[in-house]
Amino acid sequence: MSTQDSYVTDDGRTIGPTVMEMKNITLRFGGVKAITDISFDIREGEIRAIIGPNGAGKSSMLNVISGFYVPQEGEVWYKGAKRPPMRPYQVAQQGIARTFQNIALFEGMTVLDNVMTGRIRQMTTGLLGQAIWKGKAEREETENREAVERIIDFLEIQAIRKTPVGRLPYGLKKRVELARALAAEPSILLLDEPMAGMNVEEKEDMSRFILDMNDEFGTTIALIEHDMGVVMDLSDRVVVMDYGKKIGDGTPTEVRNNQAVIDAYLGVAHD
Amino acid sequence: MLEQIVFASEVFANGLMAGVLYALVALGFVLIYKASGIFNFAQGVMALFAAMTLVGIQNGQIPFAHLINAIFGTHIHHFGWNVPSFAALILTVGVMILLAWAVQKFVFRHLVGQEPIILFMATIGLAYFLEGFADLMWNSEIKTLTFCLPGELCLPQGMNLAIDEAAYNAWGVGFFIDNLDISAAIVAIVLVVALVAFSQYTKQGRAMRAVADDHQAALSVGISLNFIWVLVWSLAGFVALVAGIMWGAKSGVQFSLSLIALKALPVLMLGGFTSIPGAIVGGLIIGVGEKMFEYCFGIGQCFGGIINLGGATENWFAYVLALVFLVFRPQGLFGEKIIERV
Repeated sequence: MSTQDSYVTDDGRTIGPTVMEMKNITLRFGGVKAITDISFDIREGEIRAIIGPNGAGKSSMLNVISGFYVPQEGEVWYKGAKRPPMRPYQVAQQGIARTFQNIALFEGMTVLDNVMTGRIRQMTTGLLGQAIWKGKAEREETENREAVERIIDFLEIQAIRKTPVGRLPYGLKKRVELARALAAEPSILLLDEPMAGMNVEEKEDMSRFILDMNDEFGTTIALIEHDMGVVMDLSDRVVVMDYGKKIGDGTPTEVRNNQAVIDAYLGVAHD
Repeated sequence: MLEQIVFASEVFANGLMAGVLYALVALGFVLIYKASGIFNFAQGVMALFAAMTLVGIQNGQIPFAHLINAIFGTHIHHFGWNVPSFAALILTVGVMILLAWAVQKFVFRHLVGQEPIILFMATIGLAYFLEGFADLMWNSEIKTLTFCLPGELCLPQGMNLAIDEAAYNAWGVGFFIDNLDISAAIVAIVLVVALVAFSQYTKQGRAMRAVADDHQAALSVGISLNFIWVLVWSLAGFVALVAGIMWGAKSGVQFSLSLIALKALPVLMLGGFTSIPGAIVGGLIIGVGEKMFEYCFGIGQCFGGIINLGGATENWFAYVLALVFLVFRPQGLFGEKIIERV
């Protein structure tokens, strides 16, 4: 099967061609190699997980994709073209949205305003047009506001729309951050440990949102997660990293039966 | 008795107007501090530089005339034309935007992530550089500033006769208030409303608040930090220009103008470093406070003159008040409370 072919999953979703490809990425911090020669791809409409023990380089990988880190070697291909070195905000403008492991929200702003910042890519009126505040700018604000309200409904945070984010509990903050990323209508949505620090109920909610997002909006999702059970349930394909190297790549079933993965990561669970 | 009350209210009104001017300078500080965490010591000098540039362009002065004359032995000083105020204003705004860009490009871009004290030192350097640069560019003579918009709409000078007359008719005592102060108050109100509207209801305003809140998150939604910082410094430059025009029209464009920045410090301590309304309220309190204190205790006009300090309290009152605030409410009236979580 070529990577350019679409296919339909068991649960009836269509997985499209490759949207992003990492080719032989190596990332060093001084003498420390965080990532060594890793290649993998992300296909349109799939949920792609990156797993691995602590310090495996998962978050570094996500930071490479979102432009926060620039790898010393290797190429990032996005939508069929090699991506030149870019600043994080340029990557975001290209349609790659992300959340952070330790939540990066605008604490002083309301939930609604936070989610609206996600729409910056869609708002094209220039500085003068915005300052003068007429016609186009106004229409644009209304349209984007409607889109944002849909997302707020979807993630069930209507009740806290006008609340400053700083006052919200952890679980809701995570959800607001997800809403902001989703508001950008991203081509790829990167989630850095979306369920870290959550209780079982919150994890179930978050899993449901991730699946629904993927199902209803066809959002391509790449996520890092510690909780193996969650990863295996959610994802279509899994990359496994250990000590900065890729040690496995495939469907959850394939990965589960991969001896290198079992040794490195699931060793304890193996009998 | 009536005369005394009217005189006291005159002092009060004058204090309000002076407060508006303090607030204008403080506003520039708040803008930059909020968005980038930089305490911009050069804000006062920026007001001076903006006012000098405006007057220089208006009068058709040749920039760097002294320097050119010294090098080439020429004797040039003026182009020989006058530029209308409005055109000069537009040009000066352009210069301030250029300055904002240069400050970002050559100074603060290289200091991203440094300690606040280092950024602060950089702004002190900037203040001295800008003061020397202004001197070199426009020379150091004291200049008068007259500012007229198209249609003979000039910044008024002198006392407001209408109010004086109305007061005289009502109470038999005149009421002195400066026309320029009234205009300054109106301009300041318009400016503050415009700034608040801009930051609350536009894309760039939202981006500005976002950058002020969290750099990493701002980057992740596609906001260019550099662009926002240039924007903020431009806005601060514009506010400095307005403050420079008002102060310049009041007391002439001269180098002591840069010292008004010092009066903005107590204003900020009162209002809080991160609050636009705080800058306004702080400015008004300081303005009214120092005038009324001088009236009551400086020259002993209240409570039968029990306390008479012999005048000149205006020089220190603001700082003492700021000190009191530092002890009892360090975040100011409207500032964000600093909470360190353990």
